[in-house]
Amino acid sequence: MASPVPDTALGTAADSVPGPAPGAPILWQTARVLAVHDETPRAKTFRLELPRRTRHMAGQYFVLRLVAPDGYTASRAYSLSSPPEGPDGSTVIDLTVELLDDGEVSSYLHEVVQPGDELEVRGPIGAFFAWNGHDPALLVAGGSGIVPLMAMLRLARRTGRSDLIRLLVSVRTPGDLYFADELPGPEATVAYTRAAPPGSARGVGRLALADVAPLVRGGETVFVCGSARFAEAATTLLLEAGVPVGAIRVERFGPSG
Amino acid sequence: MPGTTRGFFGRSRAARDPRLPPGQYDARDDWPVLHAEATPRLDTDRWTFTVEGLVEEPSTWTWAEMHALPPSRYSGDIHCVTTWSKLGMTFDGVSVDTLLAAARPLPSATHVVAFSHTGYTTNLPLADVTDGKAWVAWDADGKALTAEHGGPARLLVPHLYFWKSAKWVAGLRLLDHDEPGFWERNGYHDRGDPWQEQRYQGD
Repeated sequence: MASPVPDTALGTAADSVPGPAPGAPILWQTARVLAVHDETPRAKTFRLELPRRTRHMAGQYFVLRLVAPDGYTASRAYSLSSPPEGPDGSTVIDLTVELLDDGEVSSYLHEVVQPGDELEVRGPIGAFFAWNGHDPALLVAGGSGIVPLMAMLRLARRTGRSDLIRLLVSVRTPGDLYFADELPGPEATVAYTRAAPPGSARGVGRLALADVAPLVRGGETVFVCGSARFAEAATTLLLEAGVPVGAIRVERFGPSG
Repeated sequence: MPGTTRGFFGRSRAARDPRLPPGQYDARDDWPVLHAEATPRLDTDRWTFTVEGLVEEPSTWTWAEMHALPPSRYSGDIHCVTTWSKLGMTFDGVSVDTLLAAARPLPSATHVVAFSHTGYTTNLPLADVTDGKAWVAWDADGKALTAEHGGPARLLVPHLYFWKSAKWVAGLRLLDHDEPGFWERNGYHDRGDPWQEQRYQGD
């Protein structure tokens, strides 16, 4: 049927992906907290053990639900920072959570949760924003937006395909960089917008075309993740650098608490 | 009812607004932006809206033709599946009823796929876009819709979660069957009623 719809990535979203089949229910599971790890003063990673082995793609997320004694619930989506564990999936996942000012769920997770606690989760969700592990990809992160992209970088390193990945992450200061001990590497570039480490060659400032253009090889899928404002700025630069609009996939982290 | 979460009591709900569906919070002055593609910049000089598929009169309107149709306003609330709601908004545009009246759906039409200029799609029962329940909107709270919120015009189906209100909408295709759209193929619910908390498949 004729229509004005262009054949973009959105129109041909992947159908065959891990997680429930299309139309199948995405069931709640009761996960047990194995460990809580500080990434920065405002970000923690929660390592969860699931009752059912679950397969995910790098870039996907889980929904986490808190239940009060009177039945009131609050649920939020959190990206996995852990890479897929292989074809059979895993019973252990990492969710990395930024503490938001006035965030009802993130403040509970940061201030109350400890190993041994049980949390309701379901997933994986979000097959559009997921790297398949074997095609070239450029990853562009703003602040906490690095979380799903870290799962992609970790997958590439684990499978010996770091050559497929280029990561550009923009943060305010060195203290705001998640996963800092893993980020030095030929695939990763860090751009500091407020304060840079001593001797930093790039200096300080917002992402510019000069940061983005050298990383574009042509033919790659580009994953952009960060705040809505960051995503707008980054996609504008990517388009200026010649990336086709249909090659850009964006995850905007909303202020959802 | 699932088991309770240790030490979680929720924020005070004494003042919870009855307009908020379960699991939603009031975003107040904030209007989050959450689409999955680059924001397109569409020129209203070349913008069109089409109703096609199972209709007697496939129809296309230009920006000017659309604005010459009888105006229609929605005043009320919107609810995003990511758990924010915005209360007491006003949207101006045209009623989808007006557009369907011109295109005349065939009796066999049961569902629609809304499609956008970016390739985004979302599916709806025909009954969810008729009888004053859906609009093509270009103003929000008295101002032109910005590109990041779907401007120049978006679909507005405010009684369902907001991913059904396709940004940068290009038209409606009427079908005799349900055909999952972009998010629906990615695990989201086919209908998306916020009062039933139909967020994901199986809810």
